[in-house]
Amino acid sequence: MRIIKNRILKGIVTKPLDEGFLSEELEVTGAELKKIIQEKFSRSLHIREVDTGSCGACESEIISTTNPIYDIQRFGVSFVASPRHADCLLVTGPVSKNMAVALKKTYEAMPEPKFVITLGDCAFDGGIFKEAYYTEKGVANIIPVAFHIPGCPPTPLDIMKALLSFLKKA
Amino acid sequence: MDYKIILKEINEKLGIEYSLFLLRDDEIYLKVRLDDFKNICLALHKLLNVPIASLFALDARKEKGIFEIYCSFMSAKYKKWFFVVAEIPQDNPKFNSLAKEIYSASLFEREIKEMFGIEPVGNPDTRPLRLHSEVWPKGAYPLKKDFNKPEAAGKTEDYVFNKVEGEGIFEVPVGPVHAGIIGPGHFRISCAGEPIINLEIRLGFTHRGIEKLFEGKNVSEALRISECSSGDASFANSLSYSCAIEKIAGIEVSENTRMLRAVFLELERMYNHINDIGGIAVDVGFSFPAAFASIVKENILQLNEKVTSSRYLKNVNSIGAITINWDKDKTQALRESLKKIYKDFKEIKEILLSSVSFMDRVDGTGVLKKKTAEDLGATGLAARASGIAVDLRKDFPGIYAKAEFNLIKQETGDCLARLNVRLAEFEESIKLIYRFLDRITPQAAAQNSYNIKEGFALGFTEAWRGTLTYWVKINKEGLIERCKITDPSFLNWQALAFCVLGDIIPDFPLCNKSFDLSYSGNDL
Repeated sequence: MRIIKNRILKGIVTKPLDEGFLSEELEVTGAELKKIIQEKFSRSLHIREVDTGSCGACESEIISTTNPIYDIQRFGVSFVASPRHADCLLVTGPVSKNMAVALKKTYEAMPEPKFVITLGDCAFDGGIFKEAYYTEKGVANIIPVAFHIPGCPPTPLDIMKALLSFLKKA
Repeated sequence: MDYKIILKEINEKLGIEYSLFLLRDDEIYLKVRLDDFKNICLALHKLLNVPIASLFALDARKEKGIFEIYCSFMSAKYKKWFFVVAEIPQDNPKFNSLAKEIYSASLFEREIKEMFGIEPVGNPDTRPLRLHSEVWPKGAYPLKKDFNKPEAAGKTEDYVFNKVEGEGIFEVPVGPVHAGIIGPGHFRISCAGEPIINLEIRLGFTHRGIEKLFEGKNVSEALRISECSSGDASFANSLSYSCAIEKIAGIEVSENTRMLRAVFLELERMYNHINDIGGIAVDVGFSFPAAFASIVKENILQLNEKVTSSRYLKNVNSIGAITINWDKDKTQALRESLKKIYKDFKEIKEILLSSVSFMDRVDGTGVLKKKTAEDLGATGLAARASGIAVDLRKDFPGIYAKAEFNLIKQETGDCLARLNVRLAEFEESIKLIYRFLDRITPQAAAQNSYNIKEGFALGFTEAWRGTLTYWVKINKEGLIERCKITDPSFLNWQALAFCVLGDIIPDFPLCNKSFDLSYSGNDL
C-alpha cells in the first residue's frame, strides 16, 4: 500500500534524454537490426562475451551498447552470462596463451548452431601485440571466426553498424 | 625536510656504504653491494615508513656481465623517490628475499623470478604469477635479453593452490571466464558455512608480454603500447610513460600543456568513478541509479570525443606535447557539459545515499583495515578509503599546486568508504577542471621535436586507481632498453583478497566492484 502511495506521490522520476545524444543514425541502424533479428533469429540474438587479453576498452564499449542511450536490448540483442545460452560468441583481445584453453572450452560449451565474432584490432591478428611472445596472434588461430569488428576500440554505434552489416550478409 | 638526514643515518648508524649515482629533483639512486641490498632496503622501509613502491630487475649481461636489481620507495615527506640499486652476478643469480620482512615485496620477487630466473632466497612463495605453468615451459625467462620464444610448451605442470582443510570446508572456484562483460581472472574461495575464510586470486590470464614489447622500440612507437596497457586508464599510462621520457631527454613541457594534461587525467578519473558508482549499485541490485550513472558515463565519453576526438583519450598525448589543438569553444563546451554532468551526479548521489537498503549492503562490508593496507602497500583510492593519506597529486603536486587540490580520505575502509571517496573525488575533479580551465589559453596542436639521449628515469601519475609508475631506460641508440610498469592494481588485488574475509560470497562481487581493479594492467 505504501509503495503504491509512494508511486503516485512521486510520479515519473525518469526524464527524457537530452537532444544530441540520440542520433538519427542510431535509430535507423537499430530499426534495421531489429528487423533482421526478428527474421533470422526469431526475435533475439544472444551473445556471450569473452575477454582473451584485451586492455579493457573494448569491454567498456560493449557495456556502453547496453546503456540507456544505445540500449541494444531493445533491438533484440542481449548479453548472456553463460555460453550455454548463447548463439554468438563475441571475443576481444589477441588471445594470451593462458586464455587459449578457456576460449576453446567456452566455444565448445555453446550449443549448435553457433558463430564467432571478433571485436577490436588485437582480436583480428594480434594488432599491437602481434610480436608479443605470449599471444596467439588473434582469435582465428584458435576457433573459427565468422566476422570481425575493427576499431581500437570500436564505438557503440560502430559495433551496432558492423553487426547489422554482418547479419545482412549472413 | 632534507633527505640528507636519511642518508646520514644510513651511513653513520648502520654503517652501510653506498654511492650516490644519480640525483634529480625527485629521484635519488643509491648504489650498494648486493650483500647490503637487503639491509638498506629494510632500513629505508623503516626510516621512511613506506611500503616498497616497486622492485624490479634488468638484464645488463651484455654490457657489464651482470643483472641489476632496483628497489624503490616513495617518500611524500622528503618529496623524493629513493632507489636502491645492486648488481647481481650472472653466474650466481640470487638475492636475499625481502618478502618475510616487507610483505609488499613478495609479488615483485615472484615476478623477478619468473621473468629473469633470479632466485629470491628465502621467499616462501615462488610460484609463477603470469606465465602459467600449464602452458609455459620451465626455464624460459622472457625478459632476459637472449630469450627465444619456446616452440612447444614442453614439460608443464599444474598450479598448486593454497588449500584450506577441515570439516565442512568447501571451495568455490570462479573464472577465468566470468558471467559479466569483464576481464578474466580466477578466484578460489574457501568457505566454512557462509563466511569466506580464504580467497586466493590467480591472475595473469591477460598477460601479453607488454614489458618485453617495449624493448627495442623507439620512444614514440612505445607510446602507443603504453596506451594499451590498461584501456580504461590509457591517458594516465601514456602520461606516466611520457613523463619518464621527458625527464630523460630534458624536455620542458609548457605550463598550458601540463594543465590540459591534468584536465584529461581528471576526465578519465570522472568517467571511471561514475562507472564504478553505477557498478556498485548494480551489484546490490539497485538498477535505477546504475542506469542513470551509465548515462553520465556516456556523457563524459562523448565529451571526451568532442574535445579530443577519442572517447578513451587515446592518441591525445605525445612526448612533450599534446596532439590536439585547444580553443575557446572547447573550454566553453567543457564548462557547459560539466555543469549538466554535475547536476545529474548530485541526483545519483542523493538516490544512493538516501536508500536504506543500499546503505545497509555497503556499510561495513569488505573492510580493509589500515594496518593491512599499509602492509600490502595498497595505493590510491583503496588506500585512501582505509585512512592512508597518499595521493601523488598532493605529494608531488606539480601542476596541481595551481589548482588547490584537496586530498580525500575516509577511515573505515569498507565498501561505503570506497564509494564515498569516489563520490567526493568526482566532485573534486570537476572543481579542479574548472580551476584549470580558468588558466588554460588556446593553443595549437604542437609539433614535438626533441633529441632523445641515453639514460633512465621514473615517470609517475596519480591514475584513477592509484600510483602508476613507468621506469624507463633508454640505450645508446635511443631505443628502449627496459620499461618497468607498476600498475596500482598489482598490489591492490591482494587487498581485495584480504577485505572479503568473514563476508559472505554474495558480497564478493560488491567488494570486487568497490575496488574495480584492472586485469590487463596487472597482467601486462
